[in-house]
Amino acid sequence: MTTRIHEILRKYPSELLTEWLNAMTAGGVRRDALMKEAELREQCAEFLRLLTQATEQGNLTDITGSAFTPAREMLERLSRSRSLQGFSPAETATFIFSFKQPLFDRMRREYASQPEVVADEMWGGTLLLDKLGLYTTEVHQRAREEVIMRQQQEMMELSTPVVQLWDRIVCLPLIGTLDSGRTQTVMETLLQRIVETGAEIAIIDITGVPTVDTLTAQHLIKTVTATRLMGAECVISGIRPQIAQTIVHLGVDLAGVVTKSSVAGAFSWALKRLNPSVSAQGPRTPGKA
Amino acid sequence: MERIPILRMGRVLLVTIQVDMHDQLAVTLQDDLTSKIVETGARGVLIDISSLEVVDSFIGRILGNIATMSRVLDAQTVVVGMQPAVAITLVELGMSLPGVRTALDVEKGMALLHASMEDDEVVLEVADASLED
Repeated sequence: MTTRIHEILRKYPSELLTEWLNAMTAGGVRRDALMKEAELREQCAEFLRLLTQATEQGNLTDITGSAFTPAREMLERLSRSRSLQGFSPAETATFIFSFKQPLFDRMRREYASQPEVVADEMWGGTLLLDKLGLYTTEVHQRAREEVIMRQQQEMMELSTPVVQLWDRIVCLPLIGTLDSGRTQTVMETLLQRIVETGAEIAIIDITGVPTVDTLTAQHLIKTVTATRLMGAECVISGIRPQIAQTIVHLGVDLAGVVTKSSVAGAFSWALKRLNPSVSAQGPRTPGKA
Repeated sequence: MERIPILRMGRVLLVTIQVDMHDQLAVTLQDDLTSKIVETGARGVLIDISSLEVVDSFIGRILGNIATMSRVLDAQTVVVGMQPAVAITLVELGMSLPGVRTALDVEKGMALLHASMEDDEVVLEVADASLED
């Protein structure tokens, strides 16, 4: 069964294309600065062709079906290329929505004697074009989410360097907010480096951590405990005044944890701690251990 | 039956766990170790778990128990060479082993034990000296 929309699309492809382009110009949807007219015409023609093809089966409600696969793929490409060109997602969706006007005009003229048919078909056409328009927005959003996930991954890898300050002293400067996923990576990296370097003292510097909540504090305490279980000691440095206040207000117990105000303070504490053996052997150059 | 060997080095007992710990093995170790401490009058216990890669809450508890029992029997326990994964697991299980001393490897653990035993002896000598006066 073929629908009336399909018949219209098949009967007047070039007229629809011209009217669509005119409607877009009239409606101010076109952005000639971002896109050439030839390219736009090509895209419109392709969309019309694929839409004709897709509606051939008479299925106008389910755009996830296989009949719509080429049209969906085309819209994906279109959405991606348009977001790269600088179109907003709303503009991309409006591009699809603007096709309603020429299509419905055509339909009204074609079936002027049957107003009920026109009303029914318009409803069907609106639903279909709305879905297709929203699909472009969905693709746009998905592309954004992919970018965000990749950036998160990169940040996770970037933000956990464990540096060796001295023989048997390592330092972990933390920057940014600590969430569960990051803390896990941080803890694993730190413990692994302790095994590799044989460090006896680990300094965790939280100067770059903007806020500390109960969860972050708990993660810190877990890291300190795990470090102790491995046989090394842990110092936390760089606690800001506001953070100290927060920690006390939250009732977090940092009693078993050595804290120093700065990395320098923590480092000198660590050197003193290791002093007997350090002076006996003489200080080695950092990084050589 | 499978047993974990306990080696005596002077006044320290050395236990190296080289196999996967299952519950029965851990209980046997606890029995053997406590009797051995009493038998030899050892002052320190060194448990090397560097080959232990899997740990559960029961093993964690046994480790804590061994440390507490040894302290009651006047011997200090040092657990050495804990793997990062094991440490994380224990922390996530909520077992921070508060009574257990730790060190990175056998050498450092031994140094730790000797240092604290020397401290004890100094105290004894001082006490003796004050008695003679």
